[in-house]
Amino acid sequence: MTQIDYTRAAKYFLLQDVWQGFKLGMKYFFAPKATLNYPHEKGPLSTRFRGEHALRRYPNGEERCIACKLCEAVCPAQAITIDAEPREDGSRRTTRYDIDMTKCIYCGFCQEACPVDAIVEGPNFEFSTETREELFYDKDKLLSNGDRWEGEIARNLELDAPYR
Amino acid sequence: MADFFFNTNLGMLLLIIGQILLVVVPLLIALAFLMYADRKVWAAVQMRRGPNVVGAFGLLQSFADFGKYIVKEIIVPAGADKAVFFMAPMVTLVMSLIAWAVIPFNDGWVLSNINVAILYVFAVSSLEVYGVIMGGWASNSKYPFLGSLRSAAQMISYEVSIGLIIVGIIISSGSMNFSTIVEAQSGDYGLFNWFWLPHFPMLILFFISALAETNRPPFDLPEAESELVAGFQVEYSSTPFLLFMIGELVAVVLMCALISLMFFGGWLSPVPGLPDGIFWMVAKIGFVFFFFAMVKAITPRYRYDQLMRLGWKVFLPFSLAWVVFVAFAAKFGWFWGIYARWTVGG
Repeated sequence: MTQIDYTRAAKYFLLQDVWQGFKLGMKYFFAPKATLNYPHEKGPLSTRFRGEHALRRYPNGEERCIACKLCEAVCPAQAITIDAEPREDGSRRTTRYDIDMTKCIYCGFCQEACPVDAIVEGPNFEFSTETREELFYDKDKLLSNGDRWEGEIARNLELDAPYR
Repeated sequence: MADFFFNTNLGMLLLIIGQILLVVVPLLIALAFLMYADRKVWAAVQMRRGPNVVGAFGLLQSFADFGKYIVKEIIVPAGADKAVFFMAPMVTLVMSLIAWAVIPFNDGWVLSNINVAILYVFAVSSLEVYGVIMGGWASNSKYPFLGSLRSAAQMISYEVSIGLIIVGIIISSGSMNFSTIVEAQSGDYGLFNWFWLPHFPMLILFFISALAETNRPPFDLPEAESELVAGFQVEYSSTPFLLFMIGELVAVVLMCALISLMFFGGWLSPVPGLPDGIFWMVAKIGFVFFFFAMVKAITPRYRYDQLMRLGWKVFLPFSLAWVVFVAFAAKFGWFWGIYARWTVGG
């Protein structure tokens, strides 16, 4: 003869767990919502956030990239392609700087490798496109990204500098 | 004019069609907002916001969804039995809608005031299972078939205890007519005259059985997203899917209406002195629906054998014992005769 656990039976028939769940549900019912209204509200981003790539310029307008091809070499996804030639003034510059954003894994190795802080990953993460071709970035696109996001990129680099 | 409507065949037909539209159209519009309310409650419990983009506070979300379902492409599986495939959602919708013919919204506000109303409702809602079985079978695919088999077994199991629960109500009120059942709950003490008090355990049992009967969580095994994808609905898209969805929700609201009629006094006012009216009926349906939505948010899904065990080994004996108890109480006038106000020796 097995012993009947009356406490457990009573809890079962009085639906104790359901009422407990109901209480908990009502507690969270009136709790503040965790949702962000995304397109209108955005969450905070770290200064080290690795988003869309950008090529930066010096304050005088000269592009930083010196075509050392360290980023191309370090890129684990082989997303970067660089061609370089000496310019008329003798300085070494890229003639072609392409990033295939569909290959990129956003590891940030390119910006770590860059000796002149030319290629960086900015804070922008909203660059979806309607076609695949639009994600094959060329030098013009990257430089215009740099012009567009320079303020925030410079601020993030400055804030992050003490920890490097 | 009155002569035309009450004495000619065409006039009568127009009158009946008008009455039907008067019930169905507000019902379907209310349904859109109940669907929205369901999602909002669910979201609130999970600390989400829920739909809040379409219209003010997202109130028009359901209409946007309906529009989207309608413009989608209808896909028919290659091996499907076309006729049955398209009949299934219609059967579900029609069966859940025609049950509303006998639901009174106010004193005398009922499409068809028949004396076997309660039996009619359960006969019709039993037929609803055919929509699900037909849909699952006609899809000619494994998951829908499994889902529909589950649904059939589940609905049959829980209808047994629902049937026994309503026997208790019938003994108490001495009638199968909803208007009479509601009138039997009127009295000097407002909400304490309603049947939820003498029949309290059966209220809980009926509520849980209603959840199982309408395939709501925690008994949504026929759909069981995590195992059967969407059960019998897997192969459905576009308007047929919409019909299934509306049919199921109409059945849920029907169960809410039944609970408010049988246990919460329908259109009677809870406080003596306040006027009775359709307002109370709507408020009670909304109140019960809130619990349906909350249960969906807080309970995990039952396993199939647990579902069957609950139905046959707990609900069936419990409701059967309750019927016997109520019958004795009515016959011998226990508890000041509250179980037999109108008939059996009360």
